[in-house]
Amino acid sequence: MFGKLSLAAIPFDKPIVISAVGGAVFLALVIMGLITYYRKWTYLYKEWLTSLDHKKIGIMYIILALVMLLRGFSDAILMRSQQAVAAGGHLGFLPPDHFNQIFSAHGSIMIIFMAMPFLVGLMNIVVPQQIGARDVAFPFLNSVSLWLTAAGALLIMVSLGVGEFSKAGWSGYTPLTERAFSPGVGVDYWIWAFQIAGIGSTLTGINFLVTILKMRAPGMKPMRMPLFVWTTFFTNVLMVWAFPVLTVALALITLDRYLGMHFFTNNLGGNMMMYANLFWTWGHPEVYIVILPAFGVFSEVAATFSGKRLFGYRSLVYATAVITILSFSVWVHHFFTMGAGPNINLFFGITTMLIAIPTGVKIFNWLFTMYRGRVRLTPPIYWTLGFIVTFSIGGAAGVLMAVPPADYVLHNSLFLIAHFHTMLIPGTLFGFLAGYYYWFPKAVGFRLREDWGKRAFWCWVVGFYLAFIPLYVLGFMGMPRRMQHYVNPAWHPYLLVAALGTAVIGLGIFFLGVQLVVSIKERRALSDDTGDPWDGRTLEWLTSSPPPVYNFPKIPVVDEIDAFMGMKEKGVAYLRPEQYSDIEMPKNVPHGLIIGGLAFLGGFAIIWYIWWLAIVSALGILFTIIARSLDDDTHYLIPAAEVERIENERYRQLASVAKTRPLDEQTIPEPVLEM
Amino acid sequence: MTTDATTISTTYNEEVAHPDTVAMQTFGFWIYLMSDLIIFATLFATFAVFSRSYAGGPTGRELFDLPYLLGETLFLLCSSVTYGLVMLAVHSGKKKWVLIGIVVTFLLGLGFVSMEIHEFYGLVAAGHGPDRSAFLSSFFTLVGTHGTHVTFGLIWMAVMMGQVAVKGLTSPVQSRLMRLSMFWHFLDLIWIGIFSIVYLMGVV
Repeated sequence: MFGKLSLAAIPFDKPIVISAVGGAVFLALVIMGLITYYRKWTYLYKEWLTSLDHKKIGIMYIILALVMLLRGFSDAILMRSQQAVAAGGHLGFLPPDHFNQIFSAHGSIMIIFMAMPFLVGLMNIVVPQQIGARDVAFPFLNSVSLWLTAAGALLIMVSLGVGEFSKAGWSGYTPLTERAFSPGVGVDYWIWAFQIAGIGSTLTGINFLVTILKMRAPGMKPMRMPLFVWTTFFTNVLMVWAFPVLTVALALITLDRYLGMHFFTNNLGGNMMMYANLFWTWGHPEVYIVILPAFGVFSEVAATFSGKRLFGYRSLVYATAVITILSFSVWVHHFFTMGAGPNINLFFGITTMLIAIPTGVKIFNWLFTMYRGRVRLTPPIYWTLGFIVTFSIGGAAGVLMAVPPADYVLHNSLFLIAHFHTMLIPGTLFGFLAGYYYWFPKAVGFRLREDWGKRAFWCWVVGFYLAFIPLYVLGFMGMPRRMQHYVNPAWHPYLLVAALGTAVIGLGIFFLGVQLVVSIKERRALSDDTGDPWDGRTLEWLTSSPPPVYNFPKIPVVDEIDAFMGMKEKGVAYLRPEQYSDIEMPKNVPHGLIIGGLAFLGGFAIIWYIWWLAIVSALGILFTIIARSLDDDTHYLIPAAEVERIENERYRQLASVAKTRPLDEQTIPEPVLEM
Repeated sequence: MTTDATTISTTYNEEVAHPDTVAMQTFGFWIYLMSDLIIFATLFATFAVFSRSYAGGPTGRELFDLPYLLGETLFLLCSSVTYGLVMLAVHSGKKKWVLIGIVVTFLLGLGFVSMEIHEFYGLVAAGHGPDRSAFLSSFFTLVGTHGTHVTFGLIWMAVMMGQVAVKGLTSPVQSRLMRLSMFWHFLDLIWIGIFSIVYLMGVV
């Protein structure tokens, strides 16, 4: 009836795990209690969980990412404090069994359930507005993607309290992940969490490719698209090309584990290195999937807050294209030590060094955008500057590791850990945090407090250097990654500094939380009544904050890069259209939520060998899809009168802003004042 | 067979100015097929790596029955032809012939899947299952993934029979029929790759 599942799966004997689970469950109960107390379930269900509005889906993605950031960071605290105490003869407070689960979960969560939802969330909120569209190409598919990602995240969270998580690292190398060496459910949790979320990502890729290629406002030729649209476009190309390879790699391990096949086993013809090749054929493009959107954010932020058009727009586009293509030609550098032979390693070493060139081009683009601009030192610019410096250091370390003989020495050492954190924390997270601050008023209608944003930034940057520079040194001293304890006393001081750095980063995360709470409290004072709080350059700032469900009452016409800035300069940004027309928008539907819920149930069932439930869930998903396909009445009409009412409200708001706080004439142009 | 979205009328939302849904669905489906093609490309590559990893077990030459496979192949190729005829009937608006065509295509596809299941069953029963060697693992996975796709195509066809019968050839139904057409021809192409690389090269 319950497969392998029994009460023994709950780790009552591990106080650390049980208290973490207890904390998480308690928090969930408090939140659910509050929702019940304020009678918000219906609202939540009707307006959010079943929503097909790209802006709401984007917000939900980012909430998921922030929650998972906390979870992934808790893992980081545990690892750093364990290594800070487990020196010499001490074994620390985490047994190896638990420590291995923690580093596996940390990597899995940060890549798949923090970085991915964060970028897809930003993309959802921003891309349709930047291209002058009312929604994405397939709003329903968007909802399915969201709930599949959430289902995968929930599986990882459940693995904390029911059973165990994988102990084989986030990359799940074979043959360690084979049944013979990892007989427990941990690897299965890892497989199914990745598989379900990965399918969601492929669908997102398809959705946004069509959106960007087919739904741009009239006149927005490719070379007029905002840079963020360009970078998300290439990210989606990578998602569609790379994620299917992950799907296959995971499916093949699944077949090995569940049906006793021999793809990656040690015997009967299996080849464990085949897995490493497949995994990194996805894994390396994945690095660019998470980094490119952040590059887009930096481009938008640098241009807006320097008050200048982006320097070298075309070169940035071409550099992104080159990175996209090259990203598929470097995967072997993750395992030079496989011993593929000098010529193959040489080839991949050279391609790896080549990819630094377009990336370097971009660094200069951002620098020259700020050069001689009137730079406003807002938190997004702080994040951008912090990124440029830190990322360059990490890039230099990467070029060093691209030399195969050097890699043989540094492989699997803490030098590697330091390198990729120096790429991914500034290159991804700093960018997303810049985007979070930058687009926050657009998404919810009020700005975040600037002072807390800067405090958080300084903690992050200082903490980052304290936490990761020692790891470069430790790498040179020969310390391997993933050590539960160690005997070399020379490493200890550096690990203490790294632990201190983690604490400072923790303070940075705390300040981000404070920023959010304080800003919500002061939302009236911080409210963005114009829809254009930063004197923006691209079309998303044309809409109100938050935008109406249809974004644009009339689809704007674009005739240059930085279309909105052009409209403001010509004084036509806020012209009232002669008449409004009916707008058709997708109806909210629960099918995406249901599919996500069933995917979670099915995943859980198959992890625990509860076959009947797995079959029921699979059939449920099939029937849900068929039921949805039978419904041809998927849209509702917003009558022109209603559009006019909403827009009149907006113009009144703009006029009152102009009266109470006279802004410079660029932000509020004449036509509004005459109304 | 044409898969040009412009041949399908877009009456159901003409009154409202927003992007052409049918054209976008078709385009999105092309991109989906591209991602599916990468799944098959990865499986083909995996098969290529393991194509001689017999681990002392049987080889393709001992296992594959080419005349039987020719029969199986003919079922699938003919189903592609009949589905082509379905699309011609869709474009000329002949609902009855659309339904007849889908039924014939469905039966041919079912014949293909049944023959494949029979082949697999025979192999497993003789002790040549996917757990015997890496070669057989990759063989069963590549061919089986294609077979699973065909099965989903059959389910889709069954749903479309119902939709055509109940709703008639409305624009959304036509759009779905066309995407099914793309899917079905795509599977045909994949099968030609499997037949050549797995079976023909396997017995050489």
